[in-house]
Amino acid sequence: MNASANMPVNERPIALDIENLVVAIGKTGAGKKIIDGVSLQVREGETLCVVGESGSGKSVTSLSTMGLLSKDALKVIGGSIKLVGEDILQASERRLRELRATTMAMIFQEPMTALNPVVTVGKQIDEVLRTHTSLGAAARRTKILDMMEQVRLPDVKRIFSSYPHRLSGGQRQRIMIAMALVLEPKLLIADEPTTALDVTTQAQILRLIRDLQKDHGTAVLFITHDMGVVADIADRVAVMRQGQLVEAGPLKDVLSNPTMDYTRNLLSSVPSLTPRPARAEDATHPVVLEAAELGKVYREHSFLGKAREVHAAKNVTLTLRKGRTLGIVGESGSGKSTVARCIVRLIDPTSGAIRLAGQEISGLSRSALQPHRKKIQIVFQDPYRSLNPRITVGESIAEGPINYGVDRPTALARARELLELVDLPADAVTRYPHQFSGGQRQRIAIARALALEPEVLVADEAVSALDVSVQAQVLKLLDDIQTRLGIAILFITHDLRVAAQICDDVAVMQRGQVVEYGPAADVLANPQQTYTRQLLDAAPGRGWDFANFRAVDTTMATA
Amino acid sequence: MATDPLPNALLPSRRGPSFGFLVSSPIIALATICLIAVIASAIFAPWLTSHDPQLLVPANRLKPAGGEFLLGTDAYGRDLFARILYGGRISLLVGLGSAIISIVIGLFIGLVSGFFRYVDAVMMRIMDGLMAIPSILLAIAVVSLSGASLTTVLIAITIPEVPRVARLVRSVVLSAREEPYVEAAISLGSSLPKIMWKHLMPNTIAPLIVQGTYVAAAAILTEAILSFLGAGISPEVPSWGNIMAEGRQYFQIKPSLIFWPGLLLSIAILSVNLIGDAARDALDPRMKQREAGK
Repeated sequence: MNASANMPVNERPIALDIENLVVAIGKTGAGKKIIDGVSLQVREGETLCVVGESGSGKSVTSLSTMGLLSKDALKVIGGSIKLVGEDILQASERRLRELRATTMAMIFQEPMTALNPVVTVGKQIDEVLRTHTSLGAAARRTKILDMMEQVRLPDVKRIFSSYPHRLSGGQRQRIMIAMALVLEPKLLIADEPTTALDVTTQAQILRLIRDLQKDHGTAVLFITHDMGVVADIADRVAVMRQGQLVEAGPLKDVLSNPTMDYTRNLLSSVPSLTPRPARAEDATHPVVLEAAELGKVYREHSFLGKAREVHAAKNVTLTLRKGRTLGIVGESGSGKSTVARCIVRLIDPTSGAIRLAGQEISGLSRSALQPHRKKIQIVFQDPYRSLNPRITVGESIAEGPINYGVDRPTALARARELLELVDLPADAVTRYPHQFSGGQRQRIAIARALALEPEVLVADEAVSALDVSVQAQVLKLLDDIQTRLGIAILFITHDLRVAAQICDDVAVMQRGQVVEYGPAADVLANPQQTYTRQLLDAAPGRGWDFANFRAVDTTMATA
Repeated sequence: MATDPLPNALLPSRRGPSFGFLVSSPIIALATICLIAVIASAIFAPWLTSHDPQLLVPANRLKPAGGEFLLGTDAYGRDLFARILYGGRISLLVGLGSAIISIVIGLFIGLVSGFFRYVDAVMMRIMDGLMAIPSILLAIAVVSLSGASLTTVLIAITIPEVPRVARLVRSVVLSAREEPYVEAAISLGSSLPKIMWKHLMPNTIAPLIVQGTYVAAAAILTEAILSFLGAGISPEVPSWGNIMAEGRQYFQIKPSLIFWPGLLLSIAILSVNLIGDAARDALDPRMKQREAGK
């Protein structure tokens, strides 16, 4: 136990003191400053959350602290970083290596790439102890097993001798945490440690970090883009933007009374978990998309023995009317993307029916499907990969109409109109995708999908890769387009907040099946199924209404 | 709500392979110069020498270097310098020709088998079979079946190279077809030829340039070996391989008959291979990502 554990947080010794840090691009630091005068303090037993959108410099700050900046690309040109009083920027490479294990440790976003795939996890933790302690083999093993117990891994003896690929994402992250904390460092840096995990796993890992911190009195520097996570674990918050510190302060102050406009905008962009007021359902509107008992089975043929079957989707029945938005939510592996891709016929369903504007399309051949393709279009998650980098934006948007017989000049003129519809300048048609930001590319992808005037737009995690403020803009754009064009949207997302703000109806999927399906207001505010309730409970920051800068009455949400 | 501003000062640019790597280091620059010199000497052979490479003058046999004959003459009194220059034409033609033909055929096979699973299974087994045959043996068999001519030599050398190109293209297509922009094109109703030509083929250009240089180098060497073994094009037409083959008997008295064509052959192949390595380094997508990533 730590001696300072009983002191009020603001009197405990400072574990990390970053003073006026300046980092610039280039071997000598002659280039652009990407961190400009950032000062942060973390005290023992305290969690400081650094939040910011992509490019804000939050990760560079943490890498500078670890002394892990890539030597040829970035250089610290000013300020100091003191770890328990010792200036890291002056430390030798040898001393840094020692500090990294014993005094500070880091956990990363992707636990699979951070672990060596060909060494058992027990040995990987053991390596830390062998290098930095003089303990005997038996003592080390006891210590490691104890640490693995502490991070609440089941059956620790089996896991000790397992290879990383045998473990789930959550278990791997627990191993990373065990490895980081086994030498009881004063400072733990967590760089988006839960971003790659499902919400339920994320909630467990966050709770684990919190508990371990209490036991060990560790100072935690937690980097995240997710305001929900911040609300759940931070003692203090630092908001960064374009390499500068915008605002820092205790959690409650920053969330309830942000002083800077940027922070206010950032917080207002976080979608609320409370479903938006339901739109009146017009039963006279035609049903444009119907999936009936849709199923997709993957068969794994083995040379000898029986084929193994995996049901990626099973008995999925959905109905979507003109002008409405249907959300499919679920964790990774729940089959939500499989359903979307079956409906767009990028993959062929193995059973069930898909009726698009009254026409059965699930069994149609490639050529018979051709006239129906234009009625349903898809927008993908990753805006950096969904546009061909080698052709101009105009060509991309015009490709669909040209396929359906529109002549080139007309199609290109239409592309200009569509770009304006998605709030981009019309002259962007001659540019290439790499000249646009992620949010702009996603607008282009939406314009391309709309070029065929589809009746159904499938958005497969279409806003998940975007920063929260850009996400808000794209969601608003989808909403505008729906109002103007009366298009029906099938919205696939893992983010319940986004679902709550855009969907009329929600289908919750788990292991390939729809477990709950109904109006968003019912499903998300008053869930009937245990699984839906678990998902909602795990959603980070559910106790906080970000847009209105106040805590929510949690009893209401679960009622 | 305002969107973030468009990046200005960026002119529309086509992102494709650029050829700046040819002068990226002194060695590569030297290789480029050597290759250009070899190509130029072959093309401009009639202007560089007044001798006929095929004219037999028994009176002039095995003349030493210098004087009228820059590098001397061979056993039949033909000018060695002229024969080497004209011989370069055959070697380089075979190199370039088999690179182009194997890339065109391999590209088609690779695109089709990368995209259609059922074609893939059959096509790749055929390619595996072709790759299992030693290329020199195959070439000797083809040439002895259909007689020695430039065309048969070219065909004989190209056949074993096709599977290598096809496999390369197939692997690129297999990963590119999973890209969301290809799936987007499918849902936009683009026809298969259009998807292949517009969205898949451009991804193969960079690796094909690299592969092409290796094919060319290997083809030049194989042609020389075939000619040396007497299975190449007819002996009166000069090629580096058959100049060396004829010089073999006189190696003791006149080693330059083997030395000079051998030297040019080595320079040509080394240059092409070095340029190929530089091209691979410059065009490797992983290197590109490292530059673009932050």
